[in-house]
Amino acid sequence: MNPTPLLAIQNLQAGVEEKKILKGINLVLRPGEVHAIMGPNGSGKSTLAALLAGREGYEVTAGEVIYQGQDLLAMAPEERARAGVFLAFQYPVEIPGVNSTYFLRAALNECRKHRGQPELDAMEFLTVVKEKMKLLELKDDLLKRAVNVGFSGGEKKRNEIFQMAVLEPKLAILDETDSGLDIDALRIVAGGVNKLKRPDNATLLITHYQRLLNYIVPDFVHVLWDGRIVKSGGKELALELEEKGYDWLVHHDKVTT
Amino acid sequence: MDRYSQAFTKFEQTRGVAQPPWLFPLRKAGLARFGELGFPTPKHEDWRFTNLAALAKLPFNPILTAPAEPPRSVLEQFPFSQLPGARLVFLDGHFSPALSTLPAQPDGVRVSSLSAALTEAPAWLEKQLGRTLRAEDNAFAALNNAFFLDGGVIHVPAGKTVPEPVQLLFISTSQEPGAVVHPRNLVVVEREARLTLLESYVSLATGATFTNAATEFALGDHAVVEHCKFQDESTEAYHLASLHSHLGRAVTFSSHSIVTGARLSRNHIRTTLDGEGIECVLNGVYLTDREQLADHYMLVDHAKPHCASHEYFNGILAGKSKGVFHGRILVRPGAQKTDAKQTNKNLLLSDDASADAKPQLEIYADDVKCTHGATIGQLNDESIYYMRTRGIDLETARRMLIHAFAGEIIDRVKYEPLREELDRLLWDRLEQIAEPALSR
Repeated sequence: MNPTPLLAIQNLQAGVEEKKILKGINLVLRPGEVHAIMGPNGSGKSTLAALLAGREGYEVTAGEVIYQGQDLLAMAPEERARAGVFLAFQYPVEIPGVNSTYFLRAALNECRKHRGQPELDAMEFLTVVKEKMKLLELKDDLLKRAVNVGFSGGEKKRNEIFQMAVLEPKLAILDETDSGLDIDALRIVAGGVNKLKRPDNATLLITHYQRLLNYIVPDFVHVLWDGRIVKSGGKELALELEEKGYDWLVHHDKVTT
Repeated sequence: MDRYSQAFTKFEQTRGVAQPPWLFPLRKAGLARFGELGFPTPKHEDWRFTNLAALAKLPFNPILTAPAEPPRSVLEQFPFSQLPGARLVFLDGHFSPALSTLPAQPDGVRVSSLSAALTEAPAWLEKQLGRTLRAEDNAFAALNNAFFLDGGVIHVPAGKTVPEPVQLLFISTSQEPGAVVHPRNLVVVEREARLTLLESYVSLATGATFTNAATEFALGDHAVVEHCKFQDESTEAYHLASLHSHLGRAVTFSSHSIVTGARLSRNHIRTTLDGEGIECVLNGVYLTDREQLADHYMLVDHAKPHCASHEYFNGILAGKSKGVFHGRILVRPGAQKTDAKQTNKNLLLSDDASADAKPQLEIYADDVKCTHGATIGQLNDESIYYMRTRGIDLETARRMLIHAFAGEIIDRVKYEPLREELDRLLWDRLEQIAEPALSR
């Protein structure tokens, strides 16, 4: 069985101004798969996540990204979100004065409109949300607060996954979601991600450490080094990296995918 | 100065309202003080950012007779017309009994026009009027002393609560350049008494008129007062106001300033914290467009220990408009454990809008907490990006952020019907002025 890819990245090269960061990424995600991209700081992991989500300021010099048959890079960030792309931020943004409920309902209704579903009123939305909050063990008062304002680091990360649970994306990209999490928070976040896994969606985990992969088991692990995927393998590759360090790969002869 | 003296002579001859003998010396002194202080120019440190040259060039014609009374239905076009409680309406500074609503108040509570109070309670007024308003260093407060005709007088005796809000509505009907009114309000809330007061300034016509208002608050120990001043005069008008307050021990005072109107406006807010345990919040938002200028000048005087004062002012500036904020906190010797916080944030919606902020801390006590911060900037790009990655389009994201910026201030209004109406009102105004910024 080899279903149509959800996401196909081909020879993606991109950077900022004169600096090239991604130097030819090739990656295919199919529905139901969990992929992990690992790599040291500065290898281009967060740039890849930002490019997929639609952050401005990067220049794509070659290659393409096809998402569900569409040219992803030509879409505005909100169009990507509505089409089912979700980025869990490494550093979630605080938005003072914007109420969490109001914000998330607006977001969900945009996504629902796009899918041809009716918009949810305040009561219906609350029902949906209450259930998802339990999944992430979040307190009710979070909904009354401004988006991410006054949240602890762990709460912010859990809030990202909570938003993901509400928006039900097809492609979830988790950018260093494990960083700054204690073990309990990590377990809750990973539990949430695992419960959201479905045969028709895919997850891209971006992480520096193997730790997260003890909780969210990937089908594929890729190593990003200096803007290229230098090695791909199964989940055991993560363990090998943990044991031997990234140096092991580069001191080896160059390995291609 | 001649034209002010001439106007004063004419005013004294024709104002036609009987006044107690003590009032003339107060007026006379006001005129003299104004003459000494002179019309402020940008050379004056307190007026560096707000140039009154255009106002100084206008004629100075106090409106001495009441205009023709419009039908009562005219009130419906103004905000807060559905709020319950007493409402005193003034047309070009003249009290209009026909347009006003004066329900019965609890025993001993006075809610009346100043003109009525001058006949009914002159002895009480003599002790109260001008006690809190500081005219020595404020030319326009002095000018108000000379020329005021009418305004609201509210007296809440000890322990009494005014159950419904009291509104003072000042409607400008003139379009004659240089037509001047001097509203004068006196609010005395004695110990353990409570009041919610809404003071509105609006226009029925567009013209280069001049409102020079003065409101004084004397709040007794443990009094709880919420005050909101809403200024929405025509965008040709000049609006200067002095809001001077004297707070006793453990008073809870919040005063909100909402500015959407006038070509040039300035609120001179002077608050003296003269008892321990006071909680004072001065809170405001100004929303301007085109050539408007909105200025808040503030002096918070911590005279006693263990008081908290917080000032929050947000400006949303479109077109070529300008926001000015001058926040001075004075902590006197002995005012230990003062907790004073001041922030002024400005959001510029166009390249031509500008803001000036001048925080000033003068601290003469050593065990205090005083902070201030001022920001001037555009909408946060990171916030917009974050919202877009959740499916919210650019325009909606911008709109939500602008709304949030005003909402920070509106959320501090405690009286819920007022808060809700202000929220809707600002949302509508934002839609109007923010349009170019949203579609950029």
